[in-house]
Amino acid sequence: MSTHTPTRPRNRTAAPQPAAAPKRRSHQRRNYIGGLAGWIWLAIIIVPVYYILITSITAQGQYYTRNPLLPPTDPTFEAFGLVVGSGFGRYFVNSIIVTLTTVVITVAVSLLAAYVIVRSRKKFVKATYSLFLLGLAIPLQATIIPLFFMLGRVGLYDTLAGIILPSIAFAIPVTVLILVNFIRDIPGELFESMRMDGATHGTILRQLVLPLARPAIASVLIYDALNVWNGFLLPLVLTQSEENRVLPLALWNFQGQFSVNVPATLAAVVLSALPILVLYLVARRQLVSGLTAGAGK
Amino acid sequence: MTKTRNGGAGVENASAPSTWLVAPALILFLVFAIIPLAVALGLSFTSWDGLTAPVFNGVANWIRKLGDPVTYNALWLSFQVIIFSWIVQTPISLLIGVFTAGKQRYRAVLSALYFLPLILSSAAIAIAFKALLDPNYGLGQSLGIPLLSQDWLGNPHLVLYVVIFVIAWQFIPFHSLLYQAGARQIPPSLYEAAQLDGAGRVRQFFSITVPQLKNTIVTSSTLMVVGSLTYFDIVYVLTQGGPGYATRLLPLDMYLTGFTASDLGGASVLAVLLVVIGLLLALALTKFSGFNRMNSQQEGA
Repeated sequence: MSTHTPTRPRNRTAAPQPAAAPKRRSHQRRNYIGGLAGWIWLAIIIVPVYYILITSITAQGQYYTRNPLLPPTDPTFEAFGLVVGSGFGRYFVNSIIVTLTTVVITVAVSLLAAYVIVRSRKKFVKATYSLFLLGLAIPLQATIIPLFFMLGRVGLYDTLAGIILPSIAFAIPVTVLILVNFIRDIPGELFESMRMDGATHGTILRQLVLPLARPAIASVLIYDALNVWNGFLLPLVLTQSEENRVLPLALWNFQGQFSVNVPATLAAVVLSALPILVLYLVARRQLVSGLTAGAGK
Repeated sequence: MTKTRNGGAGVENASAPSTWLVAPALILFLVFAIIPLAVALGLSFTSWDGLTAPVFNGVANWIRKLGDPVTYNALWLSFQVIIFSWIVQTPISLLIGVFTAGKQRYRAVLSALYFLPLILSSAAIAIAFKALLDPNYGLGQSLGIPLLSQDWLGNPHLVLYVVIFVIAWQFIPFHSLLYQAGARQIPPSLYEAAQLDGAGRVRQFFSITVPQLKNTIVTSSTLMVVGSLTYFDIVYVLTQGGPGYATRLLPLDMYLTGFTASDLGGASVLAVLLVVIGLLLALALTKFSGFNRMNSQQEGA
């Protein structure tokens, strides 16, 4: 863990990538085969996305008669209306609550832990860090049955808190790992001189760690938020009632409920992806670096 | 794990923050991630339907589950998904990563579109493909090619490969991102030297790009293998393990045994198997590759 590769320039998680990159093959022949393959792959990616979009604005009656790849002749938003009228708002709010609560608590407790892990040499702290690292390798899917049992015992089954608590636990190892790797690079002298000046650890966290670790914090926030927003298994097992339904589960339910109304199901898909699409459009670089931040998992 | 880079002098302990600050993270992690593993082991020795209280029944679940051909079918399917996912995803992700690392403008535009699947949830992707693969109203009908109008998800001989394809569709963008970040860190001087030596594009790819991406290959492969073992969401929404047992992978077998067949004791046996296999796989992969390298790699991503 503590092995560092000093020679390699470290392009930090949120560093802007393209600027520094080499202009590599400029004086080579154009790569026609590569370009062609690139366009073919684009088709494989885009066709399903395009299909989702055009189907969501197709009238239900036209779905069975149209050509699935042509845009509808008279686009309609009736499917969206149906979805919004079917409790979508509620599920959306639930997802927001679960996601925000999870990421805020995860990042807060992980930041504290990471700070201690970097700055302390106590055996106990080292052992804790090793346990988190081990946590990266444990398939947490295997915990759904015991969680179902434990949360049932304490009355948290079918509550949003019942999704949030395990989600936090699942997110902690990778969040701590990323933050530790980042805080380690803050020169030790900075901590020491602040201590000499009589700063408390609270002050050091607020005035030194927080500002310097901002890119890493942004990355883990995004990474954790995406995982929780899209999480399916925990809500599936740990909730039941409609009032505690989150979006991925709602999609799955819409699919059963609207089984013959494919446009409505796909309209729900579009609506559920909208917040992240907006994030993708306004902050693609941060989103992308947030995604790869979890690669150590 | 031994030496910290900060300071290193004896004063460090005096200025170290209170150990208590790790408590919140540690407690949450222990209670909701580690203790459940022990509880799973405990539950595997009980008979439990999820409604009444669990009753101790010794090793009965273990004998039943380890003698059940469905368990071996699930293990075999999960093994196939791991292998085929790796074979499909690794070369494509590597090529796309290297392709999008290039500076040409059209590649930048393409890569923005390539990463679109990243914003969709597994449930959303599975639902979209379910509609798209419909033999009567899906893509096949549109193009008028009978070969494409198969009952993709209903044919037990095809369905596993369809599932592997959809998983690849979801995850190749993520792995491409890793390779893109890796490829951008290859020193351009290596390529310039190779070009002076008259090495062609293919030659450069195999003797510079691939060896330079070795660490990324290790990271990406580890994530892929462990991820494939535990993969649940897409398969559940697409097929629910069917038709028959054709896509009942290990995690699905666990879920269906527990919550559809109400045999949570038996499902706990499968949960324990999942943990053991997952840990062994991760251990083998890190032993083979070096966990340190894998972790220092992710910082550069």
